[in-house]
Amino acid sequence: MRRQNYDGVVLTAPVSVPYVRYSQETAHWWIARALKQTLEVAGLAPRELDGFSVSSFTLFPDSPVGLTQHLGLSPRWLDSIPMGGASGVVALRRAARAVQAGDADVVACIAGDANRIDSFRQLLSSFSRFAMDASYPYGSGGPNASFALIADAYMAEYGVTREDFGRIAVAQRANALHYPDAIMKKPLTLEQYLSARPISEPFGLFDCVMPCAGAEGFLVMREDEAERRGLAYARIAGTIERHNAFPEDPVQLRGGWVMDIDELYEMAGCGPEAIDLLQTYDDYPLISMMQFEDLGFCAKGEGAQFVREHDLTIGGDFPHNTSGGQLSVGQAGAAGGYLGLVEAIRQVTGKAGPTQVAKARTAMVSGFGMINYDRGLCTSATIITGAGQ
Amino acid sequence: MTDKLLPPAKKNPQLRQRVPTLPPQMRSRAALGLTAAAARGAFCLQHCDACGTVQYPPRDACCSCLSVDLAWRDTPRGGTVIAETRIHASPDPFYRERLPWRSGLVRLDAGPTVLCHLHGDVGRVDPVRMDLKLDKAGQGVMIALPKERSPDMEDDPQLRSLTAHPKHRRVLITDIRSPATRPLIEALLKAGASQIFVGESESWRRGSDHAAIAALEGVSVMPLDVSDPSSLKKLAAEIGGKTDILINTARYVRPGGVLGADTVFAREEFEVNALGLMRLAQAFGPGMTSRTADGVNSAVAFVNIVSVHALSADPQYGAFSASQAAALSISQTLRAEFRASGLRMINVFTGPTDDEWHQPLPPPKVPPKALAKSVVEGLCEGLEDVFCGDVAKDLEERWRRDPKVLERELAGGGQ
Amino acid sequence: MTSPLNTLAAALGDGSVEVVDLTHTLDPDFPVIVLPPEFGQCARFRMEEVSSYDGRGPAWKWHNISMNEHTGTHFDAPIHWVSGRDVANGAVDEIDPSVFVGPVVVIDCSKGASANDDFELTPEIIEAWEAEHGTIPAGAWVLMRTDWSKRRGAEYLNMADDGPHSPGPTPAAIELLLARDIRGFGTETVGTDAGQGAHYTPPYPAHYLLHGAGKYGLQCLSNLDRLPPTGAMLIAPPLKIKGGTGSPLRVLALVPGKTGSGEKA
Repeated sequence: MRRQNYDGVVLTAPVSVPYVRYSQETAHWWIARALKQTLEVAGLAPRELDGFSVSSFTLFPDSPVGLTQHLGLSPRWLDSIPMGGASGVVALRRAARAVQAGDADVVACIAGDANRIDSFRQLLSSFSRFAMDASYPYGSGGPNASFALIADAYMAEYGVTREDFGRIAVAQRANALHYPDAIMKKPLTLEQYLSARPISEPFGLFDCVMPCAGAEGFLVMREDEAERRGLAYARIAGTIERHNAFPEDPVQLRGGWVMDIDELYEMAGCGPEAIDLLQTYDDYPLISMMQFEDLGFCAKGEGAQFVREHDLTIGGDFPHNTSGGQLSVGQAGAAGGYLGLVEAIRQVTGKAGPTQVAKARTAMVSGFGMINYDRGLCTSATIITGAGQ
Repeated sequence: MTDKLLPPAKKNPQLRQRVPTLPPQMRSRAALGLTAAAARGAFCLQHCDACGTVQYPPRDACCSCLSVDLAWRDTPRGGTVIAETRIHASPDPFYRERLPWRSGLVRLDAGPTVLCHLHGDVGRVDPVRMDLKLDKAGQGVMIALPKERSPDMEDDPQLRSLTAHPKHRRVLITDIRSPATRPLIEALLKAGASQIFVGESESWRRGSDHAAIAALEGVSVMPLDVSDPSSLKKLAAEIGGKTDILINTARYVRPGGVLGADTVFAREEFEVNALGLMRLAQAFGPGMTSRTADGVNSAVAFVNIVSVHALSADPQYGAFSASQAAALSISQTLRAEFRASGLRMINVFTGPTDDEWHQPLPPPKVPPKALAKSVVEGLCEGLEDVFCGDVAKDLEERWRRDPKVLERELAGGGQ
Repeated sequence: MTSPLNTLAAALGDGSVEVVDLTHTLDPDFPVIVLPPEFGQCARFRMEEVSSYDGRGPAWKWHNISMNEHTGTHFDAPIHWVSGRDVANGAVDEIDPSVFVGPVVVIDCSKGASANDDFELTPEIIEAWEAEHGTIPAGAWVLMRTDWSKRRGAEYLNMADDGPHSPGPTPAAIELLLARDIRGFGTETVGTDAGQGAHYTPPYPAHYLLHGAGKYGLQCLSNLDRLPPTGAMLIAPPLKIKGGTGSPLRVLALVPGKTGSGEKA
């Protein structure tokens, strides 16, 4: 059966609340700021909002239900997307169908997380059952060692070097220098990347994101509603989602996109060559490289070569993570799964400002998340289009 | 190539002693199956009774057919390392103090991929022998070891943190009169123990091997009576801070059931075997639990030797069996109380020992040398439950299968 | 008019009568008799602290103690031995308390015991003593001094592969003492019998013959070298244990003091 299209539904009012490294404020506070901003852009009062989708790791003991009373909302459609880096695209998928079906008129999709001094340890210790039983006891204290293991196998399998990963990080940093809210403000050279202090071999400091507090958000509404309010909007050409793909793979050398990417291009009615810019989920340059392969931009095992042969900067021939990605902007918890999508909406509506890719009209956004034990379980991707500048 | 472990340097008396920390302790109930296997040195994973799929990480339903009939079974230990990393940064207090730390992914011959500790002598592409061992939090963890024994392999710091190896450690054996004490001393010295204290009670009645044992290199005989609190207090004041491993060989045993036997012997059996264990722990526990992170010769294990009939009484030794059951229960509470420090409480269960008190019994009986060997093996492997000899192994298996059936068999009701 | 008691009180006050302690301190390390392991053993002395001005008892300190009736310096009653099981008033709580205070004579075997661990008290030695000090009076305690109480550790029980070796009386010696109608017999060793006493006929003659005759025993005495051969008084009351076969006790002697008249040891 053919997938239904997303005609008549659009994405508007992308907002990013600037990240800070440590903050005493709660996830509720950050989510409220993003929600207020996105509603203001659309000229909506909070009481008028009838759909709400939330992604956050640090709302406990609240869930989005508690947030409705906390923030004074009365939606007729409420969703919670606990999928980490895949949350943005998945939130988009759920909200778009709700608006299409008339179950909600306007859905605010918000991701926000606190980062108090002890947030990181509390977050990890209750992350997942398999992590508790079979991953944390082995010393990593987080996802770094698990992904370092994947990197070790990937590099051995495909002959990838640290320099190859470094090129991705260096290009993203160059992009971040154009994004005013990026946490990282200094240029990064390949030398610095290679000689940085080791975290978990083969990863060094610049392979890893910096945990922050922050929030991102956007609205999903009918196209005629956006027109009525005079809002710039992006259309949804196609989306995919997958969980626990390829469980028989001994180690994660490929992600779930492989299973569904053909369907994404079929829905969008185009191929990889039509994509003007790509936002990958970059918890590590390794995973971005994996996405280049698994999203169809090059063959499996040729990611390193692809990176060597392309310019990933804003002005290059393959603009990638145009605001700098999490590696340079920071990772505000679940907002990391929204960062690329929010930036992509700005790009295809010509509102990206200093990071604007010229003539950008078609963007692909890819999500990845939730390392449960030894691999990331959730993958998602979307192709969105806009009128450009 | 494992670097040979050097004896510890003298401590700087002006520095604070390192306070014990533990690796992550929490586990789901299913994952405790790994701990149960590690405690006795087994390598077990869940096997689906319906489709045979081997599961890892431990879980509540088969990842192949959804059946909830998952049974823990012995599993082949072979595997291949498919990825490795050396961790240089960790927020975990235990690991932070021990960086860098190597972990890896191992593809088991049995199917699943396992995230595990890596012994220093193995890396990516190496075939390995997987082991389940108890870590300092007392939980079962996976470690990939070289397939064949490599030189000084027990000195690998990651492996050593999972065992109670006697090398470079100082041991207190509580009763010189136990027939197992002499072979224990020999086995411990052979394994690299640096000093052995041997307790002697009632030196006023002679009859122990005092002269011969005191003459051994690295061995000192000290007064110790587990039934006398003042004796233990005095000895602990002297060597409590130097006791890295304590092996309790003190035992009072008399044949006889319950109806026919007098309570005077029973009282003495409880006094020595149960209360003696309790007093030893009270006297030496505080010093040992505070020193579990104290470098190369950290305090590491408290060993009790107990009859396998602690699990199910031998009516011919009824009062004695009761005292062993009491000792077992006390050791369970001690294990819980030692938990926060990482001090391992080890029980070495033995069948009838080959000595005067079991003289008329038919074989198999456990000779002192075999008991000593089991104790040292238990320490080298870091086990928690050691079963020494055929009788003990057989009895434990029957007990696990059905304790009520075993009770009848021991009472003479089985064929 | 001064009563004998007033005189005694005055003498105790001015030092002409001295109190000598013949008792070993009860402590966990003090040896007890060791029997073949199939038999029930004599419990060692043990102390368990109940509280010590702490949470277990804020203003007080006390111990629970445990021992056998025959632990440390102790009294043997007739019913302790099979030969005395039917003696009237043979348990410690039944014995007439008047016998707990009485005259005591000391036979010095210390020279012989220092040369021979198995030194025997014989009728000849007793008769030689009597030749010097007079017939042993009826109703007197007879103590065998060996200075064994000065031994420490394993030397005291003096165990060898064939059992303990310590001095004691021969059967004939006991029979002679019984002919004198003594009150009881006491030693510095762990038993009234020699360490090798099992090999006599009857075995353990001091126990067998004394208790069979309704006489008493005292063991693990010390400081016998401070007693005169005659003339001292012994105070040895056991605990009043119901049906008891003996008990640890404080054994005291009243001896002529340095400042008073009377014979000295």
